[in-house]
Amino acid sequence: MSSPGGPAAGAPAPSARAPAPGGRAASAPLLGHDEEPTLFELSVPGRRSASFRTTGVPEWSAEELVPAEELRPEPPALAEVSERDLVAHLTRLSHRQYSVDLGAYPLGSCTMKYNPKLCDEAAALPGFTNVHPATPASHAQGWLALLWSLADALCRVTGMDAATLQPPAGAAGELTGLLIMRAWHRSQGRSPGKILIPDSAHGTNPASVSLAGYETVSVPSDERGLVSPEAVRRHLSPDVAGIMLTNPNTLGLFEEHIAEVAGLVHDAGGLLYYDGANLNAIMGVTKPAAMGFDIVHLNLHKTFAVPHGGGGPGAGPVAVTARLAEFLPGPVVARADDGTFYWDGPARSIGRTHGWHGNALALVRAWAYILSNGSDGLRRVSEVAVLNANWLLARLRGTYTVPFDRRAMHEVVVSTKDAPGAAGALRALDVGKRLLDKGFHAPTIYFPLVVPEALMIEPTETESPQTVAALADALVEIAREGPEVAAGAPHATPVGRADEARAARRLVLTWDAVGPA
Amino acid sequence: MAHFVPHTEEEVARMLADLGLSSTEELFSSVPAALRLAGGLDLPPGLAEADVAAEMARLAGANAGDGLVCFAGGGAYDHDIPAVTRSLAGRSEFVTSYTPYQPEVAQGVLQALFEYQTLVSHLAGLPVANASVYDGATAVVEAVNLAMAATGRRSVWVSEGLNPRWRRVLSTFTAGRAPELVEVPLVGGTTRWGRAGGPGEGGQGVPPAALVVASPNYLGCIDPLGAARAAATEAGALLVVAFDPVSAGLLRTPGQQGADVAVAEGQPFGTPMAFGGPYLGMMAVAQDHVRRVPGRLVGRTVDSAGRAAYVTTLRAREQDIRREKASSNICTNQTLVAITAMVQLAWLGTGGLRELALRCARGTRYLREGILGLPGVEPMAAAPVVREFAVTLPVAPEAVVERMADEGFLAGLPVEAGGRQGLLVAVTEKRTRAEMDAYLVALEKVLS
Ligand SMILES: Cc1ncc(COP(=O)(O)O)c(C=O)c1O
Repeated sequence: MSSPGGPAAGAPAPSARAPAPGGRAASAPLLGHDEEPTLFELSVPGRRSASFRTTGVPEWSAEELVPAEELRPEPPALAEVSERDLVAHLTRLSHRQYSVDLGAYPLGSCTMKYNPKLCDEAAALPGFTNVHPATPASHAQGWLALLWSLADALCRVTGMDAATLQPPAGAAGELTGLLIMRAWHRSQGRSPGKILIPDSAHGTNPASVSLAGYETVSVPSDERGLVSPEAVRRHLSPDVAGIMLTNPNTLGLFEEHIAEVAGLVHDAGGLLYYDGANLNAIMGVTKPAAMGFDIVHLNLHKTFAVPHGGGGPGAGPVAVTARLAEFLPGPVVARADDGTFYWDGPARSIGRTHGWHGNALALVRAWAYILSNGSDGLRRVSEVAVLNANWLLARLRGTYTVPFDRRAMHEVVVSTKDAPGAAGALRALDVGKRLLDKGFHAPTIYFPLVVPEALMIEPTETESPQTVAALADALVEIAREGPEVAAGAPHATPVGRADEARAARRLVLTWDAVGPA
Repeated sequence: MAHFVPHTEEEVARMLADLGLSSTEELFSSVPAALRLAGGLDLPPGLAEADVAAEMARLAGANAGDGLVCFAGGGAYDHDIPAVTRSLAGRSEFVTSYTPYQPEVAQGVLQALFEYQTLVSHLAGLPVANASVYDGATAVVEAVNLAMAATGRRSVWVSEGLNPRWRRVLSTFTAGRAPELVEVPLVGGTTRWGRAGGPGEGGQGVPPAALVVASPNYLGCIDPLGAARAAATEAGALLVVAFDPVSAGLLRTPGQQGADVAVAEGQPFGTPMAFGGPYLGMMAVAQDHVRRVPGRLVGRTVDSAGRAAYVTTLRAREQDIRREKASSNICTNQTLVAITAMVQLAWLGTGGLRELALRCARGTRYLREGILGLPGVEPMAAAPVVREFAVTLPVAPEAVVERMADEGFLAGLPVEAGGRQGLLVAVTEKRTRAEMDAYLVALEKVLS
């Protein structure tokens, strides 16, 4: 295997040394090991940061403004800190936080790619941020144009015909899509009660199925890690409303029989739902519509580089084929003949899935990302995401167990169980913790559930080959070091392994619940 | 085109060679040929950064609404945002991290969320708060799901005073489980629990899982929670209160008045109006319901060296573990907006929140008195208001909003209650007396 950074034959060597990985964070400096006090410990009665603008409004008292029985004598206790201490506190907290901006973050299924700064700037433009969501369409044409263009582009990428941008995350998109499925069946005079889901599916899929009033029927993956047409046929019945799949699936494998599965489900009167969490693998290569899907949700916080914000916000638009468009949540943006945009309500809309128009600034970021990449760039994203994952897999094969050793898509699932290159029985949890010491974020562990001791690794296309190689080297080293070393990890982090059992046993969810020292 | 993919052509070629491949097309050998796209994506080619920035500036510039002096509320408020909030909430360590699955490298987000939970608990007057749900509307959905799980009942009484879009989200997102949603009307601006299925008047005979009430409600009125608590107790139901976290600086808390679950839209704390999102669903519950709370909960524990450490806890409630038995499907939430609110609340401080609430109430009083002085304008409700109020106008509210926009104001939101149309007007600490006086002049012109 080639060394990632070595100069190519014939090219002038910029330096005698191989280039360093850009995504390794082990050099992050730390100052000491003390606990960070909470805001409430920093608080001093009477200390203030806030100031308010001069308005000239008459200064009526609280008693003059609020009926006595509703007025609370004292405001709720917050914290009383100086702006300087607040800044220092949050800055120190930020130094106790791993992030994509710091280093590689190979969490499988989460697509922790680099979030372009350009998109941050776009989302901070006052022309977007200062607009109240109830502003008449006449005064929000820029917003409506953006929403219309984004919905149009998402339809082009997925092959769908119409979209709602309201759902604020993937799970909300799932529930939205399932409710559209339900409304469509009702319009056909049917009310089937079951949804098929492969056993490798993400937890939000069955949870959304239950919330949509359906029963989950779990379809086992076959020995190749795929959903076989036979298994689907066995579980199909007139009571099946549809199937929910992600493709590539959570094992990082393309569901090769998807067209046949789609035919079976459609013939049985069902619809196909596409969990778009893994779209990063296939842009410009294939489309959910070509595979036979009817409903798609997209995680803009994965494929379209909306930053994850420590757990959110994201955006989970839902796109559908033409026959389902009338059931979309509304309103949606439509374009008039004169090129202006207006709000329009789908005829048989299921309702609303957000208090306003969705996580709008996340939509701005996604649009800036799509404009930047264009058709060629999005295809390149998927190519290199898949290339990086396969190249990583090639470097791990022989050290970790590869349960389904086939062409990987944008992520790979390996296991520590019976790992050939491990000096002893390693646990996935410990490998993840030890990887933190090596300067990388851990992969996703123990998911998908069908692989014991799973490490689900998604390098994404924005990590250079040097970084992917360094990540692979670190994982190989961890296996060689063996279970004893990994079991004590991490050591280099702001805190050592946290006692999660104690957290659940002695619940301390607020500062008030912390007993006296 | 932008260059977010670092690989040189040579690197790609060498990596392919390592894999025994000669083209990127071969990477997709597991995608059946019949499914492959022939001509690529039907999108324009990628643009350079400066070209994208120009296009985004053009779109932002096409929003004349940016320049309007804002008197609209209805769940989105035009508050001042201090530089410190923008700066800290924009730190890339918070912006570009994921859900804290590895607590040893996520103490920053976890501790910030622990502090956020504490602050929300104080605002709500309830002991437990989660780390956020999507927005105020979905917080109501989650509260209703919690109440149905807690009581095993499938009917919910919802005050007409709850934000109508939130009611729509509630009916949409609960459609699969089909609870009976009984709307309880407002009379004079407060909820008349005795009617529409209320226990006092026969009703539907189906005992409710929850009573859902907003105070201040969608007409801006303080809706007495004592009456709601009494009705909930009589029906054996949970009381779910949607409250305004800014007015919480002046009003008694939902918890003090017997709420089992309190929810709020947290946008007013440091988050711009931004055409409706991302916002913040705040949610707090009584101790009894801690194991039914949706979403992430951060708990404080110790690390291997005995130092304070923070983790997500009671994880067995969540979808990734409970799957189809989970009471909520939420995974990605609104963490960054929660951290923003935490910073803003810390900046405001105890006294600052009081002053903020007071300034909103003062502006509201000033403008309300002015508007009610215009010919043909009547209050929609008599009950006391704090930061928002509704009036009926002699001209259709939609037309007033359009014409006022041409005068430079976002005049408010058209509302409907009890079959009457009106205008809902909000005043924040940001509005000056001069702006309000100008608003009144413009409105008088538009109405005449
Ligand atoms: C495969 C898969 N499906 C669904 C989801 C749910 O998406 P979200 O977290 O945006 O709700 C995720 C991500 O968390 C996922 O990885």
